[in-house]
Amino acid sequence: MDTASTDSTPANEVPDEPIPAMQQLLDNPFLLLFLGIAMPTVLYIVWGVMEIVGIPIAK
Amino acid sequence: MAVNRNFRVCPSTGLSYHEPAEKLMRWNAVAAVVSLLVGGVLAVLIVLTRWQAVHLLPPDWFYLLLTAHGLDMLVFWIIFFEIAVLYFCASTLLRCRLAAPNWAWAGFWLMIVGALVNNVAVFRGDSSVMFTSYVPMGAHPAFYLGLILFAVGALIACFVFLGTLAVAKSEKTYHGSVPLVTFGAITAAIIAIFTIASGAIILIPTFLWSVGLIGHIDSLMYRTVWWAFGHSSQQINVAAHVSVWYAIAAIVFGAKPMSEKVSRTAFLLYILFLQLASAHHLLADPGLTSHWKIFNTSYAMYLAVLASMVHGLTVPGAIEVAQRQKGYNKGLFEWLRKAPWGNPSFSAMFISLIGFGFLGGISGVMMGTEQLNLIIHNTIYVPGHFHATVVIGTTLAFMGLTYFLIPTLFRRELMFPGMAKWQPYVFGLGMAGFSLFMMGAGTLGVPRRHWDITFAGNPLAYDGWAGGTAWLMIAAMAICGLLATVGGAMYLLITVGSVFLGKRIATPDFAYVKARDGVAPTMKPVEVAFEAHGSNIGTAGFVAPGTFVLALVFLLSFVLYYFVNWKYLSTVWPLS
Repeated sequence: MDTASTDSTPANEVPDEPIPAMQQLLDNPFLLLFLGIAMPTVLYIVWGVMEIVGIPIAK
Repeated sequence: MAVNRNFRVCPSTGLSYHEPAEKLMRWNAVAAVVSLLVGGVLAVLIVLTRWQAVHLLPPDWFYLLLTAHGLDMLVFWIIFFEIAVLYFCASTLLRCRLAAPNWAWAGFWLMIVGALVNNVAVFRGDSSVMFTSYVPMGAHPAFYLGLILFAVGALIACFVFLGTLAVAKSEKTYHGSVPLVTFGAITAAIIAIFTIASGAIILIPTFLWSVGLIGHIDSLMYRTVWWAFGHSSQQINVAAHVSVWYAIAAIVFGAKPMSEKVSRTAFLLYILFLQLASAHHLLADPGLTSHWKIFNTSYAMYLAVLASMVHGLTVPGAIEVAQRQKGYNKGLFEWLRKAPWGNPSFSAMFISLIGFGFLGGISGVMMGTEQLNLIIHNTIYVPGHFHATVVIGTTLAFMGLTYFLIPTLFRRELMFPGMAKWQPYVFGLGMAGFSLFMMGAGTLGVPRRHWDITFAGNPLAYDGWAGGTAWLMIAAMAICGLLATVGGAMYLLITVGSVFLGKRIATPDFAYVKARDGVAPTMKPVEVAFEAHGSNIGTAGFVAPGTFVLALVFLLSFVLYYFVNWKYLSTVWPLS
């Protein structure tokens, strides 16, 4: 199996370089979960529901 | 409460299995295969009914079985298998104990009860509402209740998966970032959580409507929110089967992704934009503006399409690099000619990749274009498209993974290895023909979901169908469909036979070993395939020139098909 990144840093070695922001994002599953829920909720569901609610009711 | 920290190490792969996770993976995989068996039997009957010359079932049975087939295949088979994949990617790949096994079992049994309740509701005969169950067409309350119970169970499983990631991090069972395959599984789990939440938003009120507690559900509102569940559930599959592609490339070839950063960014684009494609299904609906439709069906300006193309390039690219480093470096395609085509894990994965890209991907983007969608909306083209994505793409990838899991997870030798070599070809080629002929008939206007495409005996009866071409397409579709079901039956025979009757793999020192510090034991270090791609492989400055050529062929096909459809639109919709 490809576990290259799993074993990329030895256990007793602390990396001295700061972790890039993008990698911090990709390494945080709960932040990704928030983004993955928020984006389609706003762009698809909320926007779509607002358009449907805004349809004038026939008289 | 005592935490079970018992692990076993597979002697042939070096993978570590946490005892409760292993049992859950097996049970979920078995439940998946049982769902596939039911859905497959129904598929044969449905194909023999849609084939106009045979027309096997009466209309009420056709609609009943089509409903059950859709749910058993698109929901139960796929999601049970995906839960097994999630546990594998978290617990096994991170060598970590599964978080909250009791909750995981509760989720599993809820899914089982939900699937049974839903199937019983359908087979009672008063819930033939299709997979989509559009209101105001009502089903028995048990139909919705079953789906809700299943969804709650799957949601619990997703949180157990996320909990396992947290456990792995806190118990330091890995360092740095999670493996790419696990990252793909995280993507699938995130899309699953959005999907299930959307299902709950719409199915709970629909259940209350079915029992009379709510008086009215707006049909457009239902369709809009329901598709956030219905289509996104298929996007879980995309993320899951792409992860399986990477896994099989690593298992069979020791292939390392060409660029971890690029592949992970592509998965991020899935997380952000893939679910938006649900709007495809509403392109012909009044009430929603073109702004909403175009933005959403473009997967947010095609960024999620770009992500699929990245995966479609990097998976074969990684295989090509691995093969070239093994010495298969001549010309453009020696690496592909010398690939292990007799290994069903590889052949299933490669056919899945090609079928998903060329048939499912190109047709999906075409369908998502608002104007072009008018040509094929609600025609049999649509199931042609999703049989290419879900059946060739996802199901075939899962079949390939099964051939790897039977020896390592179930500790059984594969029965009928000769048949297993042929199975991906029979299933993949049958399903490719099935999808193509469906899309061909749909392009001619044949409607989806209809028992009789001639509408015989009705005021608007029609049997012209382009001078009989559509009849031919439908017949060819049915023959290919039957071939695919033969491939499906071969898979079921091999897997069920191997798991229950296969020769047990002898492991003299087999034992579950208690891990004291939370990290599973390893029998041997997990091999890292290649640390860097060599500079002495490939041609003309490309490390993977064959993949580059394949990508160009794909792009050319994409562009040609896209513009052919614009030309076709101009002929069916004259402006003068």
